[in-house]
Amino acid sequence: MRRPEKELEASSKKISRRGMLIGAGQVLFAGALAARMRYLQVEEADKYRLLAEENRINIRLIPPARGQIFDRDGTPIALNEPSYRIVIVPEDSDDIHATIARLSTLIELDADDLNRALAEIERSPPFLPITLVDRVKWDAVAKVAANSLVLPGVTPDVGLSRRYPIGAPFAHVVGYVGPISDYDLERIENPDQLLRIPRFQIGKVGIESKLEESLRGSAGTKSVEVNAVGRVMRELDRREGDSGADLQLTLDHKLQSYIRTRLGNESASVVVIDVENGDVRAIVSTPDFDPNLFVRGISVPDYAGLRENEKRPLASKAVQDAYPPGSTFKMVAALAGLESGIIDPNETVYCPGYMEISDRKFTCWKKVGHGSMDLNTSLRESCDVYYYDLALKVGIENITAMARKLGLGEKHDVPMSAVSSGLTPTKEWKLVYRDAEWVIGDSANAAIGQGYVLASPLQLAVMTARLATGRAVSPRLIKRIGGEEQPSGEGEDLGISQENLRLIRRGMFSVSNHRKGTAYSSRIAEEDFRMAGKTGTAQVRSTIVDNEEVPWEQRDHALFVNFAPFDNPKYAVAVVVEHGGGGSSTAAPIARDVTLQALFEGTPPLDAYPEKDQFIIKERQDSIERQQNPLPVGDRGQA
Amino acid sequence: MSYLEYRVQTIPTGWRKVTNLHWPLILVLMAIAGIGFLMLYSVAGGSFTPWAETQMQRFVIGMILMFIVAMVPIWFWRNMSVLTFIFSLALLIFVEFYGVTGMGAQRWIDLGFMRLQPSEVTKIALVMVLASYYDAIPVRNISRPLWVLLPVIITLIPTFMVLQQPDLGTALLLLVTGGVVMFAAGVHWAYFASVVVAGIGTIFAVFQSRGTSWQLLQNYQYRRIDTFLDPGSDPLGAGYHITQSKIALGSGGWTGRGFMKGTQTRLNFLPEKHTDFIFTTLAEEFGFFGGSALLLLYVLVILFCLFAAMRMKDRFSSLLVIGITMTFFLFFAVNMSMVMGLAPVVGVPLPLVSYGGSAMLVLLGAFGLIQSAHVHRPRGTP
Repeated sequence: MRRPEKELEASSKKISRRGMLIGAGQVLFAGALAARMRYLQVEEADKYRLLAEENRINIRLIPPARGQIFDRDGTPIALNEPSYRIVIVPEDSDDIHATIARLSTLIELDADDLNRALAEIERSPPFLPITLVDRVKWDAVAKVAANSLVLPGVTPDVGLSRRYPIGAPFAHVVGYVGPISDYDLERIENPDQLLRIPRFQIGKVGIESKLEESLRGSAGTKSVEVNAVGRVMRELDRREGDSGADLQLTLDHKLQSYIRTRLGNESASVVVIDVENGDVRAIVSTPDFDPNLFVRGISVPDYAGLRENEKRPLASKAVQDAYPPGSTFKMVAALAGLESGIIDPNETVYCPGYMEISDRKFTCWKKVGHGSMDLNTSLRESCDVYYYDLALKVGIENITAMARKLGLGEKHDVPMSAVSSGLTPTKEWKLVYRDAEWVIGDSANAAIGQGYVLASPLQLAVMTARLATGRAVSPRLIKRIGGEEQPSGEGEDLGISQENLRLIRRGMFSVSNHRKGTAYSSRIAEEDFRMAGKTGTAQVRSTIVDNEEVPWEQRDHALFVNFAPFDNPKYAVAVVVEHGGGGSSTAAPIARDVTLQALFEGTPPLDAYPEKDQFIIKERQDSIERQQNPLPVGDRGQA
Repeated sequence: MSYLEYRVQTIPTGWRKVTNLHWPLILVLMAIAGIGFLMLYSVAGGSFTPWAETQMQRFVIGMILMFIVAMVPIWFWRNMSVLTFIFSLALLIFVEFYGVTGMGAQRWIDLGFMRLQPSEVTKIALVMVLASYYDAIPVRNISRPLWVLLPVIITLIPTFMVLQQPDLGTALLLLVTGGVVMFAAGVHWAYFASVVVAGIGTIFAVFQSRGTSWQLLQNYQYRRIDTFLDPGSDPLGAGYHITQSKIALGSGGWTGRGFMKGTQTRLNFLPEKHTDFIFTTLAEEFGFFGGSALLLLYVLVILFCLFAAMRMKDRFSSLLVIGITMTFFLFFAVNMSMVMGLAPVVGVPLPLVSYGGSAMLVLLGAFGLIQSAHVHRPRGTP
């Protein structure tokens, strides 16, 4: 078939025309691309250059070293120690499972740790080191290093971890650190960037927690160049942070350890305060626990053991538990009576062994009665009837006001966990919280430190210190933060008449030093160090029981407060022994030993004790010494 | 005028064919490939392995292929058109069953020394079969409906097969290529106008119906369209690539950050830096000057080819060259639009620069066809 030449000619021209049209379109589009390129690369260049830098540079935090904690003499309580761990870099290991299998023949690997590590390896980029075992001994490090050829990708690594060299005696005060949890993070407003570091160590309880901000320090930063998957290519810039502030405590580690040993298996707490400046020299709760266990991550059975122990080792009883103060509260009632002018110290009240108040019989602990009692003898022999009578005359308002003045019912500012404010009841309080009218019997009960009154051992020590000085002594636990002296707890004058205070102190003196005093058997023989104290027995059950015949948890709490030396007070001491029976039989001997230990800054001479006690005391001192300084195992042979 | 009427003595033979090749075009292609080697060397962190060296070997093979194709008279290729097209359809069917899917949706056949993507072959085969169709039919029939319908069907067959893979990008490119060849052949503009109007109307209706009672597509289909049109709505997927790509480009400035000094490339922020996104590396390291230099070379290729096409008197050659030029244009236009954030991310390589065997060999083979048409063009008037 032949086509007309003309038609073909026209067709060819048309193709050329349309080809040119298409070409023009293509060139136009190329021009548009060039314009777009110019826009991105020239007009917007600065913006994108910045974005490229942001991409490239990653700011990494350098965790600061945590502040260390020392006692008043500079003995370390909490330290940062290099700890070794074994890490694996997955990409450097040809066969992770085979390598780990080889490693397990060399060092002990925990199955739980291993599973966690394997899960982390799955999730993380292959260049990130994953911890296989934490806190390994030096010999494990040496083994891994020596066998590095057959352990590709496995290396020992060193980091800082918290250690409490003295451990248990400071467990409740200082507390411990642990890895931050999601729960911790949620509770913090505007958390520090550092806290976002996985497993970052923060204070969990005690001083470690309360002074976290000071101890933590501030993070340093380093800018590193990273690639798209986050691998660090090189370090560009480094700015060191500030380490946390070191703390110096007012506590004395020797006294603290002594008290812990002296308390033995009791569920008890002791507070020793320097009455001059409020420095807490010792604050002990027993039983206790090893805080190092928590840093490492406590095992479930260990933790269950601590939680289920009826003596509550985890509780910081010295500050968080409030007990009925019992007869140790009688000084408060007596002073309230004197200060209000209602009570004449020489006026006597007859104690027949009980008192009837609105048809109810309020008994004295001494069922046969004390006979005629004045202020001094009522304190000395701890007559309850005298105080029932006093309560009726003086009224709860005066007593509560005096209690508050002496630091009861007040949440003292010490950096410990769950500090209790105790309870100093008023009529309004009862109406609100018990939905009942205050009755006169409540006042009578309050005057002997039972009923609604509650006080923590720390509060009792502060009360005693205030009685000893007449000043508003407040407890101070932290001597220095980062070298900066913290305000003293010396306190202002309370405005209580010196004469009245002297009467109270005389009463307390005769408790310990008069033949008829309830704590006479626990007196100090050394003239210059004689103490003034007060026994207390807080009922756990509402009826009077014979402590020997009921189970441990139903026995009365034994309390004792004292200050010494009487003539020139130095220390105030409070002792509470849970379910310890009587204050004079259980708490007073402990208080005497602790007081002497504090005054002599070590083991006191036997002369300080009454002669008939010296043999027993000697045995106890030796036994405590043996417990505190056990002979090293390898050293048993005589040289 | 048909190729049978060529005066044989005016067509060069033997060595004269070599001297009659379009040498400026060859030089420009080599320059473009050279830029490619340079960039592959750079993205490998200053190393010929793993990409630059392989790419050079492929380029040499591709150039040899181009020469062989160029030496064979164009009328032979005209006669092979239908066969090539059928062969390419067979390949498409073959990959449907035996092919391997990798890197997105494109399917390929492993030939041992390279991975062949049949859809690349299809692009050229479609141009060839349409060009020979218009060469064969009477001119007066070109715009008659039934004669228009046949090339439409020819175009739609491979388009639907590619869509099955599913490779929406390549399918659209095939459609556009087919349309351009038909347009160049002289099909009446009213057809194109009505297709464009119908297309716009359909798109308008689809979007207008969204959220109404007569919604034309399912919700998930709309979401797919959203992501396709606006990668930013999927910031961790396609959006991440585009953002990083724009950052790399933008940070280049006028003159770039220097050879092998692009942080985006070197630190691996760029995705597919040796294949689809290689242009961003060029723009980051050599800036606006480097980027527009490559663009200029591409435009030169197009101009060379189109001017050559106008000197060819037979319709097959002209349409073939226009069609292949369009394929080439679509490669770099779509790729560059994509990396500059003007088009959705579709897997289209930067021609002769991106690392990859299929596109390189097919394109150089296609340039062989252009060379053949150029060498064997009729000279003078009969």
